[in-house]
Amino acid sequence: MFQLVKKYIKPFLIPVIAIIALLFGQAQCELALPDYMSNIVDTGIQNGGIEDGVPLAIRESEFQHLTLFMSDADKAFFEDSYRLIKTGDAAKDQLQDYPVLKKENVYELKDISSKNRDKLNDLLVKPEMMVTAIAKSAADKDGDLYKMMNQYHITDPFQMISMMPADQLKAQEKMIDKQIKKIGASVTRASGAAFVKNELKAIGYDTDAMKDNYIMIAGAKMLLIALGSALCAILVGLLASRVSAGFSRDLRGDVFKKVENFSSEEFNRFSTSSLITRTTNDVQQVQMVMVMFLRIVVYAPIIGFGAVLHVISSGASMTWIIAMCVIILLGIIGILMMLAMPKFKISQKLIDKINGVTREFLDGMPVVRAFNNQKNEEEKFDDVNQRILKNQLFINRTMSCMMPAMTLVMNGASLLIIWVGGHQIESGSIQVGDMMAFMQYSMQIIMAFLMIAMVAVMLPRASVSGKRVLEVLSTDFCIHDPQEPKHFNDEQKGYIDFQHVSFRYPGAEEDVLHDINFTAKPGETTAFIGSTGSGKSTVINLVPRFFDVTEGAILVDGVDIRDVTQHELREKIGYVPQKGVLFTGDIASNLRYAKADATDEELRIASDIAQATEFIDSKPEGYATLIAQGGTNVSGGQKQRLSIARALVKQPEIFIFDDSFSALDFKTDAKLRGELNKLTKQTKATVLLVAQRISSIMHAERIVVLDKGMVAGIGTHEELMKSCEVYQEIAYSQLSKEELGNE
Amino acid sequence: MSNEKTSRPMGRPGHGPMGGGGRPVEKAKDFSGTIKKLIKFMRPHYGKMLIGIIFAAISVILMIIGPKILAKATDELVSGFLRVVYKTGSIDFEYILQIIGILIGLYLVSSVLQYVMSIIMATATQKTAYSLRKQIAEKIDRMPFSYFDSRPHGDVLSRVTNDVDTLQMSLGQSLSQTVQSAIQVVGYPIMMLTISWQMTLMALCVIPLSLILVSFIVKKSQVYFVKQQRYLAEVNGHVEEMYSGHIVMKAFNGEQKSIDEFKVHNNHLYETAWKSQFLSGMMMPITQFVGNLGYVGVCLLGGWLAAAGSITVGDIQAFITYVRNFNQPISQLAQVMNTLQSAAAAAERIFEFLEEPEEVPETTTPKPIVDESGNSLIKGTVSFENVHFGYNPDKIVINDFSMYINAGKRVAIVGPTGAGKTTIVKLLMRFYELNSGTIYVDGTDIKEFKRGDLRSLFGMVLQDAWLFNGTIMENLRYGRLDATDEEVIAAADAAYVDHFIRTLDHGYHTEINEESSNISQGQKQLLTIARAFLADPKILILDEATSSVDTRTEVLIQKGMDNLMKNRTCFIIAHRLSTIRDADLILVMREGDIVEVGTHDELMAENGFYTQLYNSQFEEE
Repeated sequence: MFQLVKKYIKPFLIPVIAIIALLFGQAQCELALPDYMSNIVDTGIQNGGIEDGVPLAIRESEFQHLTLFMSDADKAFFEDSYRLIKTGDAAKDQLQDYPVLKKENVYELKDISSKNRDKLNDLLVKPEMMVTAIAKSAADKDGDLYKMMNQYHITDPFQMISMMPADQLKAQEKMIDKQIKKIGASVTRASGAAFVKNELKAIGYDTDAMKDNYIMIAGAKMLLIALGSALCAILVGLLASRVSAGFSRDLRGDVFKKVENFSSEEFNRFSTSSLITRTTNDVQQVQMVMVMFLRIVVYAPIIGFGAVLHVISSGASMTWIIAMCVIILLGIIGILMMLAMPKFKISQKLIDKINGVTREFLDGMPVVRAFNNQKNEEEKFDDVNQRILKNQLFINRTMSCMMPAMTLVMNGASLLIIWVGGHQIESGSIQVGDMMAFMQYSMQIIMAFLMIAMVAVMLPRASVSGKRVLEVLSTDFCIHDPQEPKHFNDEQKGYIDFQHVSFRYPGAEEDVLHDINFTAKPGETTAFIGSTGSGKSTVINLVPRFFDVTEGAILVDGVDIRDVTQHELREKIGYVPQKGVLFTGDIASNLRYAKADATDEELRIASDIAQATEFIDSKPEGYATLIAQGGTNVSGGQKQRLSIARALVKQPEIFIFDDSFSALDFKTDAKLRGELNKLTKQTKATVLLVAQRISSIMHAERIVVLDKGMVAGIGTHEELMKSCEVYQEIAYSQLSKEELGNE
Repeated sequence: MSNEKTSRPMGRPGHGPMGGGGRPVEKAKDFSGTIKKLIKFMRPHYGKMLIGIIFAAISVILMIIGPKILAKATDELVSGFLRVVYKTGSIDFEYILQIIGILIGLYLVSSVLQYVMSIIMATATQKTAYSLRKQIAEKIDRMPFSYFDSRPHGDVLSRVTNDVDTLQMSLGQSLSQTVQSAIQVVGYPIMMLTISWQMTLMALCVIPLSLILVSFIVKKSQVYFVKQQRYLAEVNGHVEEMYSGHIVMKAFNGEQKSIDEFKVHNNHLYETAWKSQFLSGMMMPITQFVGNLGYVGVCLLGGWLAAAGSITVGDIQAFITYVRNFNQPISQLAQVMNTLQSAAAAAERIFEFLEEPEEVPETTTPKPIVDESGNSLIKGTVSFENVHFGYNPDKIVINDFSMYINAGKRVAIVGPTGAGKTTIVKLLMRFYELNSGTIYVDGTDIKEFKRGDLRSLFGMVLQDAWLFNGTIMENLRYGRLDATDEEVIAAADAAYVDHFIRTLDHGYHTEINEESSNISQGQKQLLTIARAFLADPKILILDEATSSVDTRTEVLIQKGMDNLMKNRTCFIIAHRLSTIRDADLILVMREGDIVEVGTHDELMAENGFYTQLYNSQFEEE
């Protein structure tokens, strides 16, 4: 499977890389969405759209308060970042934004870089907390500050503070520092935002609009990201379908080409039906997995990896929950599969079995009914039926576990995240939105892995298919054309010489044919007869090199057939198989199969000889009558006659008839043979003929009697009747003495 | 009966990659009628199914409530966090633990109920599938032969396997899914409404959008799916044809031609395959996009509403869960409609078969064939009286045929291939009903006998010997199920097959495999002769071998048949001229019609079709 993919994916390397890149993009987009949701919750809702502790604008008085708690360097940086707007020279729009300008000067934030902003944010944390704390304690009527202020009749607590001795102030600052250390980053950020929010409210700034704005912008970004994700996914779909369809096209094409060049030996090894499934279904299977692989399997690790990155950057350390869920889920699927897999396999066998029983029942219906054994058959059927029921129930009950268990695990994950996340929120390492986002990542990741599991279920079947396809592709041909092909000797036209030919199937222990010697001459018929398994068909199938001889040699026109190309050899031969094989098309196209430029007249002459004219003419469309796939719309006898005609149209030097008259009735058989004899005498063609019926070969110039792969006798009918016992046996079993005597 | 054995049709078109997406579904002609029948058929399981539905409902409702409760925990986290920020307190973890406890219970109950429901539904469908298969098998028994003439066996086979399979698979899925999805479709909006009507409105607006887009794509991709299926069939057809005709293709140097043609088909397939795959693959990103659209909407609207304080953050979280899940039951319902369609199509074919007219019922006053002590009352005289018969009513093949055959006589039926030589045989055994006229056995109309009794009078040895997968002993005993081992062996001996059986590895207990390919054609025929011996019939029907039997076996078969024919009335479908000439009567058939009747000498004197047929074999060139 892997080998196969490696070889056939090569032409598609660029699109595959593009697919991976796009999937990466898609994963990034999908993962970014919960991030924005988390921002909306944390910043938009909870902090009113304020991202950090850097105020957009600040009253001069508050500005001064903050500077109280800064070092000189910090103070300079802070003052540098703001510009002062005085009450008098405020522009109209500034007045609108900051209504407080009517009464008080306002510092407005300059356009600063994000790096400077971060620095500003960091240095503002402490002063803001101090200011907030002081304002709070000033309002506390039982507090020390309030009492002190009363004592000195000072209304502004900060004036009070500035009057404090330095070491007292230091102690205060130290306390705040401790507090900052204790609480997490998220809380400091949230409290900074709270300070800014209060300040902006005091300035009279429209904070609601700010919040709406923030949510709007986040929403718009999310929309763009969603669009980006969809775009990536669609492009992936486009590329993946083109790659997998192209992959299977190439694979199918190669398999077909390979098989077309197989000899009969490779065909026998695989069997025709297996080769058909390998070229069609198996390739289809591999293609299916390809698509799945490109779109789903590759996606899962990408999104998994991306999610881990996001999780790490969000600061929540709950990755173990996801890992645990994935492991549990894969474990559940694994166990269920292990339980159900053997039953799945049995299930296929049982389906075959019930098919078998029913087929037996249908095919043997006359016998079943003739012997009154319907009940017996029904019992047999019921036995298999019961087994199917039991097997299916087991599979269903096992697989029924899957869905409930999976939902349970996923819901359990949410609960665990709430619990663990809650504690992390309290310690300030994450915010609620982060936790919510985390829940969503974990669902995405778990889903991606579930998808892998689903695809993995299909994998064994596909890999079996892949192996079967590979087997075909990696088969070496048994029959090769020679490196330097010779050509036929025209002076010995029509001579076929078998010289000590032996043949055995590869891996077989015994020869099918042993030491066969004979010569077939032009203008003569050489016939082969023998009981089933005597090897008579094998003999003539050696001539067109469907198989190669194991020992000895076959000479055609004086040249060893292994020394010429298969193409040149077969050009000489008109072959008629045992079963008439026709191809889709019409009668004429079938007759012209070997000679595309044959005239209508040639077709007519050939069908006349093949006794096919009568039935062709009886069809309303004559030679244009369509032939369905496999020639199912003509009878066996008609097929045989057409395939004889097809060989005749070719006008070959050598005719090979492999029991080609078996579906014809005696009368047609006799007539056809008569006509054929006339033709071959005239054209000096060599005829090799295999038959079951003795009447079909009685008049051949040379009859080769085969028995268990060896020649039992060669001669004419009369000669063999006298000398060959095997021939006599065959003859007597088919004809009575009297009939034979009639000759 | 057609001799053509049609192989099982090449399955349904394989499930395309990314299944589901817009593949045209086979539709039933009468959808609602078929579904009604199906529901009626499932009557024995009504009670359990009701419980299943109730369980499904409870399970889904619990599942739907879950997020709303979870929201309370989130809300506590939010307010707890604020308390932490403003240093007024901390998160109340006891409260959260309480909520988690409730939810664990909820989810557990829901999952268990879902599991129980799945099992109940699966059991109901499996049992239905079982009884459907059983009924089909029993139905086959009651069908007249003529039914199978017009249909390939593969057709009936595919009803037992493919159709029942499709039905059981799609039914099992559909039943539980329909219930669950339906409750979800109603339940989710209700839960959404409890949070915020504005957000619900928005969420519900997004869904039709996805439906419209999806149905648009389905329509588009279906065109390509149909095309793809067609080109796939063309590719497969070409492969099948060229591989089956491999030798001929090679013999005529047709490789290049075949490869070129394949390339054309293959390219067509590629073009449609990627397009249909791409289009159906679009469904996922599009539904995902629309889902994301809803997600963004929820975040936006929820953000505003939460900031305004009319909902909580937990509500947003719950709402997101609802919106994300809401697409699921809708697409599932759409899918269920599809699977139901194919289930209905399968069910329709099954019911069609179950409702086919059956054989003419048996006579209510059957004539006995044995007396009280078990001795046969039948001698074996057969007569035909003005018999008319045609496989189609408009094409009568036997016209007014009358004949009297004495017990123990031999009748040879001759004619060219496909002349309908087996017709007479089928009529005798009442595999078919006559159009008019009567056939008598020992002077009794064969309709007066029970079919079983009538058929037990006949023994059959057909050329296409039918054996089943089982031991040789079992196969032989098929002739008479209550025969002892000794009787079976005696019958085998009489049929000259005992010796052969004993040379096998396991003797009488040798298994004959499914295709009966482990014994030769000739040996099969010997076994069927033995089987007929065991049945000891009054009347014999023999089909002589034409070919593919080796000489020595042929001699044995001949001897076995001769032995069997002694003292029985015989109908022989004859190929050997010696048999024909020794027959007491010859029926000459041509194109389904009996054209001449008489002895060999009479017929030769007539110089008609028989003479032609007889001479054709030995015509001088």
